[in-house]
Amino acid sequence: MKSVKSVVSRSKRHNLIQRLGFAGMTLAAIVTIIPIILIVIYIFWQGAPATSWEFLSGFPREGMRAGGILPAIVGTFWLTLGTGVIAVPLGIGAAIYLAEYAPDNRWTRIIRIAIINLAGIPSVVYGLFGLGLFVLFLQFGTSILAGSLTLAIMTLPIIISTSEEALRAVPNSFRVVSVSLGGTQWQTIRRIVLPQALPGILTGVILGLERAAGETAPILFTVAAFFLPQLPSSVFDSTMALPYHLFVISTQVPGMPIRIQYGTAVVLLTFVLSMNIIATIIRSYTRARRQW
Amino acid sequence: MSREITHKTIPTQEGLENKIVIENLNVSYSDGTESLRNVSLAIPNHAITVLFGPAGGGKSTLLRTINRLNDLADVVHLSGHIWLDGEDLLDPRIDVIALRRRVGMVFARPVVLPMTILQNMTYGLELAGIRSRDYMEKTVERSLRAAALWDEVRDRLKEPAVALSGGQQQRLCLARVLALEPEVILLDEPTSGLDPISTGKVEASLQELKQLYTIILVPHSIQQAARTADYAAFILNGQLIEYTRGKKIFVNPQEQRTEDYVEGRFG
Repeated sequence: MKSVKSVVSRSKRHNLIQRLGFAGMTLAAIVTIIPIILIVIYIFWQGAPATSWEFLSGFPREGMRAGGILPAIVGTFWLTLGTGVIAVPLGIGAAIYLAEYAPDNRWTRIIRIAIINLAGIPSVVYGLFGLGLFVLFLQFGTSILAGSLTLAIMTLPIIISTSEEALRAVPNSFRVVSVSLGGTQWQTIRRIVLPQALPGILTGVILGLERAAGETAPILFTVAAFFLPQLPSSVFDSTMALPYHLFVISTQVPGMPIRIQYGTAVVLLTFVLSMNIIATIIRSYTRARRQW
Repeated sequence: MSREITHKTIPTQEGLENKIVIENLNVSYSDGTESLRNVSLAIPNHAITVLFGPAGGGKSTLLRTINRLNDLADVVHLSGHIWLDGEDLLDPRIDVIALRRRVGMVFARPVVLPMTILQNMTYGLELAGIRSRDYMEKTVERSLRAAALWDEVRDRLKEPAVALSGGQQQRLCLARVLALEPEVILLDEPTSGLDPISTGKVEASLQELKQLYTIILVPHSIQQAARTADYAAFILNGQLIEYTRGKKIFVNPQEQRTEDYVEGRFG
């Protein structure tokens, strides 16, 4: 009788500990969500009144204290596109090599360590590197080309590691079956592995480009113009860009109306968040449809 | 059948010609597992040859060497010959892709590709460069019929193949191999995940198919080995212990080790 009682009280105590544990973890989850919600609400509350059509489609006037931010929006668009054009094929190609072809040896371990370290380099160092290599040595000047290349190098590790992970998640039995049915390794990759890994790869690509769109330091020395009241006409032009523009009007221009600062932040945040949402939708949509 | 054979000296049995002749085959892996030692045997055409023995003895390795799927594995040593109609499959110069179309394989776990039933059927054909819709349609139907699956899937060819039951998936895997019109079919415990009824259907299909093909089967039990075998080889620890025609290996084994295994003293 006594022993039964002690078992019961022990299981009650375990039950309590479990509940406390769950409560603590729920609290931790909520605490992590609160800042992002507050930031978004605050930025939109401050900046939404400024985001008129004229603000989105006009050129800056009166030393950027009035008018719109069209050159910065267009600049960020081209920079993101340029980064994608360079980084996506390189990144996916490298991921395919690492996941499908590369043997596990010292050489591929060196490549992997290099990629991990590339991801850890501070973005301002990329900016400096881009200045040295693309702007000065290769004489691209401060240009969209130099900026895109710099951003692409910064984005590559994200694209490579997420794509490689997506490729490795495809069951190996599919590869064996495809080869046993007379498929070459490349046919197997193209027709079976890549389509299955594509959602994961796309998610990685979008997350990488989103980071590129929002970075300031790498474009600081390589492409960004302080004030340039015209749109770029070639990849050798410099351009304004949203993150740098936000930095400039927040710190470098006296007497700047606050609503224009927050209005710019709203545009940048919307640009980045909508890419994030697209990535989330792709991921959840395809996960629901996955057949393994 | 003697264990000391070469492809020139193997006698033909009751009009059956030898489709495959394996000669002094040695295979070992980098981690030292499941290697084959000096295996020689002749596999007759239009018959089911069963390779049985304890797990890890090298049966799967033997199958995967015949269609060179072992090229994907970490093989450190490979010597000997496998003659298919007099052509050495282990010759580095042979066209491995073409070989795998001639020697099809069905695996233990049914692996349908993540596409529709029809696409599973036409996948190998498309890889082989076949474009004729008409030919594909005929081949798909003929192959599905041969695998006893046509009546169950004829109205749902456009559905995802994963929607099929395990037994249907495995018959689809067999049909998918048949669509390539192979000469040899390798089956590695094809019924290990199936219920007795599905197993019966697959075994019945094999009895039909052996009229047209050379079949090499690794059974999932001794009972299945005894039910299906026209020829049976007992493989233990990478060596061929005994190889006989018909079912006498199960009734009256010549080797003590075969007898111990068949009677369930180890395994």
